[in-house]
Amino acid sequence: MDTFAALAHGMAVAMQPMNLLYALIGVFLGTAVGVLPGIGPALTVALLLPVTYKLDPGGSLIMFAGIYYGGMYGGSTTAILINTPGESASMATALEGNKMAKAGRGGPALATSAIGSFVAGTMATIGLAFLAPWLVDFAVRFGPEDYFALMCVAFVTVSATFGDSPVRGLTSLFIGLTLGLVGIDKLTGQARLAFGIPELLDGVEVTTLAVGLFAVGEALYVASRRHHAEEKLEPVRGSLWMTREDWRRSWKPWLRGTLFGFPIGALPAGGAEIPTFLSYSTERRLTKHPEEFGKGAIEGVAGPEAANNASAAGTLVPLLTLGLPTSATAAMMLAGFQQYGLNPGPLLFAERPDLVWGLIASLFIANGMLLVLNLPLVGLWVRLLAIPQPWLYAGILVFATMGTIAAKPSVVELSMLAAFGVMGFLMRRFDFPIAPVVIGLILGPIAESQLRRALAISLGDPMVLLQSPMSATLLGVALIALLAPFVLRGLGRFKANED
Amino acid sequence: MTPDTASENLPRAPARRVDRAGVVIAAALAVLAAVLVWDASKLPSTTMYGMGPEAMPVVIAIGLVILAVGNLIDALRGNLPPRESMDPKPVWLIIGGLALLIAIIGFGGGFILATSALFITTSAAFGRRAVLADTVIALVITTLIYLAFDKLLTLSLPAGPLERLL
Repeated sequence: MDTFAALAHGMAVAMQPMNLLYALIGVFLGTAVGVLPGIGPALTVALLLPVTYKLDPGGSLIMFAGIYYGGMYGGSTTAILINTPGESASMATALEGNKMAKAGRGGPALATSAIGSFVAGTMATIGLAFLAPWLVDFAVRFGPEDYFALMCVAFVTVSATFGDSPVRGLTSLFIGLTLGLVGIDKLTGQARLAFGIPELLDGVEVTTLAVGLFAVGEALYVASRRHHAEEKLEPVRGSLWMTREDWRRSWKPWLRGTLFGFPIGALPAGGAEIPTFLSYSTERRLTKHPEEFGKGAIEGVAGPEAANNASAAGTLVPLLTLGLPTSATAAMMLAGFQQYGLNPGPLLFAERPDLVWGLIASLFIANGMLLVLNLPLVGLWVRLLAIPQPWLYAGILVFATMGTIAAKPSVVELSMLAAFGVMGFLMRRFDFPIAPVVIGLILGPIAESQLRRALAISLGDPMVLLQSPMSATLLGVALIALLAPFVLRGLGRFKANED
Repeated sequence: MTPDTASENLPRAPARRVDRAGVVIAAALAVLAAVLVWDASKLPSTTMYGMGPEAMPVVIAIGLVILAVGNLIDALRGNLPPRESMDPKPVWLIIGGLALLIAIIGFGGGFILATSALFITTSAAFGRRAVLADTVIALVITTLIYLAFDKLLTLSLPAGPLERLL
């Protein structure tokens, strides 16, 4: 079959010594940065983007993949040991994992999450490898109106359908869309929202926005509520290894978590939150030890952690095949591609198969490296967690501003970074979701140009959006997804019930 | 649990009040929409078919106005999620640090001095009192970062008086 040949070719690319080294550096950096409390995979990738700026595209994308997966592994370590999940996808892990650590079973909790991540990541990457070519064949036939409709679906599901409040989610999205308008219009060369400032003509940098919202915003937020915070690092006591009983109780949740995570991640529905919580509540229902839930049940760590990693691999399906990011981390990966002038999508599969398949193959390698690296080195990661908070956040901010200073050492760019930081702080304080802003900024301009191309081809007839069956269906889906949360008010509440 | 009956019997302690911050957010969204329309109105429409560059800002502005109304309704009903108390001092310290950083870069003070200023203020915002020790730590760390990235990875970081000594 085609896929096997392509994958074998990709393996040959990924196994080149230089690329193996990049993958190793990627998983190491990703885990190290991801372990730091408050830093999720999206910020990990954003912070490390400027570092990869000067490398060649193939190697640096492989490094990214390592950073992405490494950030996920690191995030679960933090969730288990200090109960501060760096991102919402690790929240379910923290529920039982931190209880296990408190009960002196931190070792097995870390082990089941690492092995579960490996199992789920590997299976989901196989899914990605087989699903991608099929979707690419399908996507080649997409016209601009179909792409536009598809992006509408992503906009709605990411911001409105699954959040706590559709109004606040959509507000975040529209702020992102507004930021996406800034700069020179690519079709006519006219400047929009530049206010005569030359730096704004190039538009808003995705990395500046992401680092401002995630790093600066998070630092401001944590500083503002320091008097509440009381995070305690649980030492890893006892054996790291899982007992026979632990294995017996873990393997089914791993598989079920993967089955939740991969399809939901691969749909343009965005976020690993839904599958992790679905997995958590399923395990809670199916367990033979219901009395342990809430006190540290290993199933409650194994399932959500597998779901989390499977959905991360799942989001790579729309990202690579359609150029459609459905999570903040995927949006940062897209920014990583764009930094080399590469646009993920069916064309990239045709033009640079070495790059795409090398990346997919390196995901397997990164996963294996993480399994080998994570368990023996857990002592090292735990020591990173012990950095005193003042130096930790001071260091994060120095590193965060360094990225912007290196890319564009201008007062305007740095002021934007600071302004986005304040915005990120206010959004956290008033409970606006952050990911839709990043996705709005990165997808908004693409959606606009697709729509305008569609309308230019149809000589300005807007009915073109409904004449293509694909586009009409997708717009219908977007409309339903937009209205559903208003109709089914209770849908968003299942999360609160799990606590 | 029977949340339905429980919540009906409980008196809602601070009965639904207008959330002032929410009203400000709604107003800010409306202002943003106005800016979009004002900016779009200055763009000459030259496109023969389909949408010109001025169409999308207007569409987004309409969305922002609708969302401003939605946020206003939430604020008037007091429907916003509860907020924890906050300590404004560390926030202003960090913002001050960022302002210092921007000023130092703007006046050519270089990477090391600028990021050191941010390091010290952030560290103070998180409760450190040992300013002198932190200054030394900040200078050492930022110098190492400068050397690693400027010399090894050849990223160009802005040079000031300190960088020229290296």
